[in-house]
Amino acid sequence: MVDVTLQPNRVTATQAVRKRSGLRNALRRKSTVAFVMALPLILLILILVVYPALYSLHLATLNKSMAKFVGFGNFEFLFKRDTFWLVVKQSCIFAISAVIFKALIGFIVAHFVHNVPAKKQRKWRGMLLVPWVIPPAMSTLAWLWLFDPSYSAFNYTLSFFGIGPIPWTGDAMWARFSVILVNVWYGAPFFMIMYLAALKSVPEQLYEAAAIDGANWWQRIWYVTLPMMRNIIAITTLFSLIVTFANFDIVRILTAGGPLDHTHIFATWAFRVGIEGSDVPLGASVSLFMVPILAVAAVFILRDISKRGNEA
Amino acid sequence: MADVTLRKVVKRYDDVEAVRGIDLDIADHEFVVLVGPSGCGKSTTLRMIAGLEDISDGDIMIGGDVVNDVPPKDRDIAMVFQNYALYPHMTVAENMSFGLRLKNYPKAEIKSRVTEAARMLDITDLVDRKPKQLSGGQRQRVAMGRAIVRNPKVFLFDEPLSNLDAKLRVQMRIEIKKVHQKVRTTTVYVTHDQVEAMTLADRVVVMNHGRIEQIGTPNELYHKPATRFVASFIGSPAMNFVPCRLEDVGGKLHVRLTDRLAFPLPPARAARYSAVSRTDKLLLGIRPEHVMEARPHAEPGVEPFDAVLDVTEPMGMETLVYFTLEGTQVCGRVNPNAGAQDGSPLRLAVDLNNMHLLNEVTGAVL
Repeated sequence: MVDVTLQPNRVTATQAVRKRSGLRNALRRKSTVAFVMALPLILLILILVVYPALYSLHLATLNKSMAKFVGFGNFEFLFKRDTFWLVVKQSCIFAISAVIFKALIGFIVAHFVHNVPAKKQRKWRGMLLVPWVIPPAMSTLAWLWLFDPSYSAFNYTLSFFGIGPIPWTGDAMWARFSVILVNVWYGAPFFMIMYLAALKSVPEQLYEAAAIDGANWWQRIWYVTLPMMRNIIAITTLFSLIVTFANFDIVRILTAGGPLDHTHIFATWAFRVGIEGSDVPLGASVSLFMVPILAVAAVFILRDISKRGNEA
Repeated sequence: MADVTLRKVVKRYDDVEAVRGIDLDIADHEFVVLVGPSGCGKSTTLRMIAGLEDISDGDIMIGGDVVNDVPPKDRDIAMVFQNYALYPHMTVAENMSFGLRLKNYPKAEIKSRVTEAARMLDITDLVDRKPKQLSGGQRQRVAMGRAIVRNPKVFLFDEPLSNLDAKLRVQMRIEIKKVHQKVRTTTVYVTHDQVEAMTLADRVVVMNHGRIEQIGTPNELYHKPATRFVASFIGSPAMNFVPCRLEDVGGKLHVRLTDRLAFPLPPARAARYSAVSRTDKLLLGIRPEHVMEARPHAEPGVEPFDAVLDVTEPMGMETLVYFTLEGTQVCGRVNPNAGAQDGSPLRLAVDLNNMHLLNEVTGAVL
């Protein structure tokens, strides 16, 4: 009873305070508080993402000495260069094949881990995540040694079978293969862990229902697992496509774009042209080419997800 | 359509025996309900029939063929799961036709079977919807439709109504019975709800601790339970069990409940129990409807006694009364006009023509 009689007094008191201070009133609102809490992140994004993005747009319109506005001049120049088209082709080959193999290997490994008994599963999960946890710059150095043409473990092992020596990073095709291999090795665990989480969320009874309906293991994957995982597959693919497309460290360390530019992708070539070649505006133009390509992929994949969003 | 036979079926998980040697013959067209408390092995038994669990020992036959090592898809069965297990990315029609599509049935045949099943279950308007857009009862119908279109040898139901609210459960129970009357497919149905078991089954199989306690028609189980477990499990409110012993008073067999309360047995019962040892610890099993208000002109075998009521529960068409006999709570059902009130005395009568006598130690009904 005491509480009840006290309540009205408190309400009138707060009302009085509200009238007194407009600023305090604004602070009281949930949206204001939310904005203030998010402010550090918003500032970080403004400084580290928005400003550089706009600045690179500006840079791309300048000449090499960054003194004259040339409009689309840099792009016109790029379109005429064979190396640029080689980089476009290589970037697409690199990103698409790497993502496909990462997804495929991640999917298969996730199934194996899913079927491991719960107790041992944690160990396997931990071990299989290691490639993804090690900073790629460091692990790529280890791969670089493994790929060494004369002293490496790979060629040494293969020599027992009478194979090789294979020029892992010396030949254009082998170099592309090696770069993709390392990227797949590095990225597959991410797919594995995402797919494993998705697999665990598929109700066991759906598989039992499918088994009774007459589905064999392949049909169970095709008609139950894959449809149930579609959103996760789409999102991880998009995410990985972006990250792989923009990859820099693996290619930079393993081949530095060689031999003869045959493993360059957008980021490494932009670095070569812009920083090493001292043509920052041209480098900025190169790096800007990733935006439209990724935007198209993002639109397609995200449209598909929102279409199905309310299903499961 | 086919009969189903279980021979000494055992299921072991490591060192735990979930099912301990079950023998069961299910005739063609029969509707059999496996009922029991959770953990009694009824679901495991059903899943072994479905082929979702391996059997550790024994044989399972469907239509005369041993199917021990036959995978579920080749057993020609259909199963309805507790949580429906509908494919969320498929429409109702696709869900129902999935099994037929996997078996490459012609499109026209699939369409006509789905249409027919949808009509039977009254879900024709829903065939283009996804499961998410359906209510629980509608999902349950779709799950049944998926079983019906396959036209299998056996239907298996695994607690199909436990996710529905009470009202819908009664309604779907009737639907299931109607469907079985139409399609006449051999059905094995698992539930923990004895009302469902009684209302649906041609025969009920009561299970406990991995064993079959009793098999019989609902009426047999109700009126002639074989064990204390069956007697207490079937019927609601449950049967009363009052400690008692037999004694001879003036050449007539009496059942003595307390020092002051003893009833003469009707002749038929007296003959039946005459050989029972007078020193055995016994239980008088009596259903609540056989403990009623005393009437002026009682039939023979209906014995009056006085009780002080602890609690009364008016149900409308009857009133449940609870009183205590030597520390044992007893439930009776009296006419709402009998004047039963909490804490007040009431003259009751017990119908000994419908009594059961159980051995307190073994639990066997004598």
